[in-house]
Amino acid sequence: MSAFLEGKGRSVLILGATSSVARALAAEFAACGYELFLAARPGEDLDAVAADVALRKRARVHACPLDALDFDSHDAFWNGIVERVGESLAGVVLCFGYLGDQAKGQQDPDEARRIVDTNFTAAVSLLNRAANYLEPRKRGFVCALSSVAGDRGRQSNYLYGAAKAGLSAYLQGLRNRLFKAGVKVTTIKPGFMDTRMTFGKPGLFLVAAPEKAARQVFRALAAGKDVAYVPGFWWPIMSVIRCVPEFVFKRLKL
Amino acid sequence: MAGEVECEAGVSIEDLLRVLLPRGWFPPVTPGTKYVTVGGAIANDIHGKNHHRDGAFGAAVRELRLLTPAGETLICGPDREPDVFWATVGGVGLTGFILSARVRMLKVESAWLKVDYLRLKNLGELMRELERSDAGYRYSVAWIDGLARGASLGRGVLMRGNHALASELPARMSNILWPAARGRHNVPFDFPSFALNPLSIKAFNALYYALHPDKQGQLVDYDSYFYPLDGLENWNRLYGRGGFTQYQVAFPNETSERGLTEVLERLAAGGRPSFLAVLKRFGPANPGWLSFPREGYTLALDLPMRESLPKLLRDLDDRVVAHGGRLYTAKDALAGADAFRAMYPQVERFRELRKRLDPRGVLSSSLARRVGLVPRGGEALR
Repeated sequence: MSAFLEGKGRSVLILGATSSVARALAAEFAACGYELFLAARPGEDLDAVAADVALRKRARVHACPLDALDFDSHDAFWNGIVERVGESLAGVVLCFGYLGDQAKGQQDPDEARRIVDTNFTAAVSLLNRAANYLEPRKRGFVCALSSVAGDRGRQSNYLYGAAKAGLSAYLQGLRNRLFKAGVKVTTIKPGFMDTRMTFGKPGLFLVAAPEKAARQVFRALAAGKDVAYVPGFWWPIMSVIRCVPEFVFKRLKL
Repeated sequence: MAGEVECEAGVSIEDLLRVLLPRGWFPPVTPGTKYVTVGGAIANDIHGKNHHRDGAFGAAVRELRLLTPAGETLICGPDREPDVFWATVGGVGLTGFILSARVRMLKVESAWLKVDYLRLKNLGELMRELERSDAGYRYSVAWIDGLARGASLGRGVLMRGNHALASELPARMSNILWPAARGRHNVPFDFPSFALNPLSIKAFNALYYALHPDKQGQLVDYDSYFYPLDGLENWNRLYGRGGFTQYQVAFPNETSERGLTEVLERLAAGGRPSFLAVLKRFGPANPGWLSFPREGYTLALDLPMRESLPKLLRDLDDRVVAHGGRLYTAKDALAGADAFRAMYPQVERFRELRKRLDPRGVLSSSLARRVGLVPRGGEALR
């Protein structure tokens, strides 16, 4: 645990760095002395996020343009990262996601594909590369923000939920594989958060502030957790929801 | 040495202090609370205790990015689109959304101030002293006993200071740019509304006056000097459920003494004394079309809300206008369109510019409708 908190001379790669939680997480890492590689769609947002954490925390920060949905670019992106981090990369945190529009996704195959590709396929593509980098070095961590929505499919967001369920299962398998190598894999399952993703959406409850959530994610990483619900009270809630028999669940309006 | 910070509009004065003060930079202008944003500071062209020296916040803004209601992003500053800039400085958000700004910061050697306290027996003496010696201090403000009457009307305590140089601090002091955090207190519930009555306010004022004898060169940390109330969370609860309203006036030099005397006398006579009354001398105004500060004197009052207060204040507005004074939109809650137009001669020009920036009348606010900065019925567009 203490080794994790000593970030001097080490770096971390954050994928989807312009999300609210990622911004707050970047600050947590920077406060421990990590050098930051922030990857997100190129543009004003990425530059501002990078400049902000660099100024506030006096951190060494690199903005790394990434289009997660441009799969052909992943090789070049990853090679570029490897070149720049040298041997310093301690771990990778994946924060990007796309909630999308469930109703639209049911009719519009492009929307459905965008939801699945962003949350699952792109994540797999990038985390595979991270795993292949860390495994032979026998150290480090992989962390990804999945979702409580992946614990059970519901009619209101099962495209997103299915993709996140896939991501959670992927991370389980990856954890199993990398255990021998001593690489930590942490699955984060956030509930509702007050971020751009959920802005203006109806029917939210128990909404958490992204800064608070980031602190909990960071603590889960420092403690070497396998799976962490954020905030923690989602664990009992989802445990109950998972236990509802399907013949009952299918009748519910959720 | 000059330095500038470029930040998004949502960055607060507290953020600026937290990030930049340990590196020796201080906000160019700060109000009495650090919980305001840079965007808000520009939109209200806020002032601090250093207005007589440094002007209002707008004077330190080099450039800002504005998202206009028509959807275009404009970069403006004193030398670039000056009309849009000086309408936005003090424009209470009606010209568009301020996205970011480039602001000149002040180089300091420490987070401490060297403060002189001086008690003065009445308003006249206070004003004379300010005219005589204000130039020697970057920061200057006077607390006034709003209840004192007759020959003592306007008696108060002058609190003036400068940023302390490193050489002026005790050698044993470590970390001179970031003093240890002050303890915070909280007001856990609404006080009964009778808690602040003329008697308790009188007692407080007498105590405050007695506790501030003349002293020279006191070292005070920036947090205690600039933000005394930030240390008391939810201090508004002291006013009970009725709450309070603020009333801040500015008069030109020529009419200040008469105007201030009348305001203080009327409030005392109406049985509506102010818990907190603060007097300060303003330096020259900046070109902001709706900018509040103008050369002369300003008096800020916190008044416990009572049923009779709105009427009293609206009558007072007329007297303020008669003395050539004006009210501060950031604090005012009651003034009407006629009074406002008399106080701010550039209202018409502002409305004309808005026709260009906001042709569909997208932006509006209760304040804007009340004081006539947007046409009535501006609320129809939702």
